[in-house]
Amino acid sequence: MIAPEVMNEWYPVAMAAQICAGQRRVTQLLGQPITVHVQDGVIVVTGQAGPLHVTEAFGHVWACPGTPAHPLFPIPEALETGRRLVDVGVVRVKCSPLRAVENFLDIAHFPFVHTDVLGAEPHTEVNRYEVQIREDSDEVWATKVTFYQPQAAKSAEGGIVTQYMYRVPAPTAAVLYKTCPARPDAWDVIGIFVQPLSEELCDVWPWMALYDDATPQAELIAFQQMIFLQDRSILENQIPRLLPLDPGMEIPTQADLTSIAYRRWLKKRGLTYGAQMVAA
Amino acid sequence: MIRLYDYVLSASCYKIRLMAALLCVKLEHEAVDFHPGRAHKSAAFAQLNPAGTLPVLVDGDLILTESTAMLVYLAQLSGRDWLGPCDPKSAAQVQHWLAFSGRLAASLGMARLHDMLLYEGDIDAWRAQGHAALRELEAALSERRFAGGVWLVGDAPSIADIACFPNVALSQDGGVSLDAYPSVRLWTRAIRALDRFVEMPGIHRLHELRPAPEVA
Repeated sequence: MIAPEVMNEWYPVAMAAQICAGQRRVTQLLGQPITVHVQDGVIVVTGQAGPLHVTEAFGHVWACPGTPAHPLFPIPEALETGRRLVDVGVVRVKCSPLRAVENFLDIAHFPFVHTDVLGAEPHTEVNRYEVQIREDSDEVWATKVTFYQPQAAKSAEGGIVTQYMYRVPAPTAAVLYKTCPARPDAWDVIGIFVQPLSEELCDVWPWMALYDDATPQAELIAFQQMIFLQDRSILENQIPRLLPLDPGMEIPTQADLTSIAYRRWLKKRGLTYGAQMVAA
Repeated sequence: MIRLYDYVLSASCYKIRLMAALLCVKLEHEAVDFHPGRAHKSAAFAQLNPAGTLPVLVDGDLILTESTAMLVYLAQLSGRDWLGPCDPKSAAQVQHWLAFSGRLAASLGMARLHDMLLYEGDIDAWRAQGHAALRELEAALSERRFAGGVWLVGDAPSIADIACFPNVALSQDGGVSLDAYPSVRLWTRAIRALDRFVEMPGIHRLHELRPAPEVA
């Protein structure tokens, strides 16, 4: 029996452009079979017990298998003119959906997993940053994050100190804001939308809203896929398979503040699908 | 300039990027939206390669669409060092491994596309065929080791090694573990230790063999 808190959240289930082009996606959500397709001009998501609540946002189809506790979170930047919205496409990962989100929030692994791109030795220090659970929106936010990056984005020429903000607006979605090499006054926005197929298997949909008029679409996609696929083999080997929500054998450090806040937030809200409740 | 129509996650494209890096051949890269855009199946791409496959290598009026042919071309351009010894037996063995690399792509490569990018097909059959191919490779590399060798053919790395390496090194992506194949694992380390080796997502450089930064 899956907790109602889990059932009443929104989850990404497909890329909207592919469904609108006539594709029928037979997939799973929280261990149950679902189908995503267009019927009479409308995107519908059907489960064993009938249709699910559906909304379309940020290039993707989102479904709620229960009764939505709230509307899908907003990303106001997605509506700004001049941004390029990039659907990066699905990648399947054998890991807990919560681990996929947690990895996206981590900065410390950059020099070791995304070597010479998002980080490089000896620039391994994660400077102090701030984390809060915002009460108005009930979201986890990390701000004032800075990190030295050899190639922060496809449009970056050489190394820069990149500023970041991270945001967790839904149990299996995270959004980051980072220095935009082409427009120093604006942030590039990158999202990771995770579809929980089961507690240990997920489909991950990276998505971007960038200020970049120069780079061909295929290169933007390739850059983000390269980054995410560098993470995939690491994610598939993390132990324990489920994300522990209680402190145990793991010793978090200063750099893990966002992860700790994310775990606390999940626990407080009862969002335990993909989580391990016994201290690891 | 030689131009490579390239996809960052493709094992076959990586074959050519790796070969070019090892040979110090500079390539011009043209990214193709293989996933999710399936641009390699578009009408425009069919003009270049009717088979609708990646990679494609273009040098002047020469268009190559088979990765093993590209390896031969790049190795010939750069002297003969990477073509393997030219005695009849060795030359035939190099051809054997170039063809064998096609079996790796059709088994381990498909298992990877299934597990990672949701390609549909018989995953159990692909993994079983992958294991069968790995057993052959393990046997061959063990024989080579007992004879004091490291590489598939001759005393130096060749296009035979580069052709077979990517799909083997990425086998875990398709749910096929290399745990049962110690000679294969040692051989992948030897390739990763080559000067000018380049990585791809899923194939990591040998951090552990390099001196720590503070020592360097």
